Amino acid sequence: MAPLGTDQQVGPIGSIDQLRTELVQVKARLDRIEQGLRPRGNGVTIVAFSGDMDRLYAALVIATGAAAMGMKASVFFTFWGLNALRKDRRLKGKRPLQALLSLLLPATHERLPTSRFNLLGAGPRLFDRMMRKGGLASVPQLVATARQAGVRLVACQNSVELMGIRPDELIDGIEYGGVATYLADAARSHICLFV
Amino acid sequence: MADKHLDCKGLRCPLPIVKVSQAMNDLAEGQTLLVEADDPVFGPDIEAWVEITGNELVEYHDGPPQRALLRKKEKAS
Repeated sequence: MAPLGTDQQVGPIGSIDQLRTELVQVKARLDRIEQGLRPRGNGVTIVAFSGDMDRLYAALVIATGAAAMGMKASVFFTFWGLNALRKDRRLKGKRPLQALLSLLLPATHERLPTSRFNLLGAGPRLFDRMMRKGGLASVPQLVATARQAGVRLVACQNSVELMGIRPDELIDGIEYGGVATYLADAARSHICLFV
Repeated sequence: MADKHLDCKGLRCPLPIVKVSQAMNDLAEGQTLLVEADDPVFGPDIEAWVEITGNELVEYHDGPPQRALLRKKEKAS
């Protein structure tokens, strides 16, 4: 950084008034510099795009951990990630393709596939048992814990409409948002993740 | 009375805020824009948009269609 005063002409020291004016200018300049250096905010924002149990597990552990550390945390659930919020399957009122999609996707967040060793659904059952034995929380438990801890759980409205998901299929206490909702959260966060 | 009207009905995220942003570019500082939209998340999205862009949300009425009156920010001197 250039030393103060090199970007403007500094003449011989003038009156007190002149010095005072210059002092005000220097202070204003310092303010601007400090503004630029200010950290973006103590927050964590995660986009949950995947519907895999293991990925969602990782995302929710980070979100609940952040909340526990007093950080603001939010998880934005889009596309397959919405399965993490699904408590029920309802077909009434859906268009045929949406109903079909609903039947092909896990009925609830208790039934999420794993990204590896899914083995036609046998994998998640085994993982479930291992996790319970190891004292690890399941995805549905983590979602509930996150909500209680004050993590913002935001469902992507576009995905909800696209897939024809009914609000009564998703757990209570969630918000609905769009890209600006996510970006405002992300702008306040210094940790932003996408799973 | 707003200086400009913008119809975003039928549009879904992110199009409403894209249109709003373009429309605001054509306005002078301090002028107002009245937006009508029926995206269910237009409300939270427009609130987030003004927070980040520094423009002002003067009025908001829930809908559908929702109506938002925005004022273009004055540049800091």
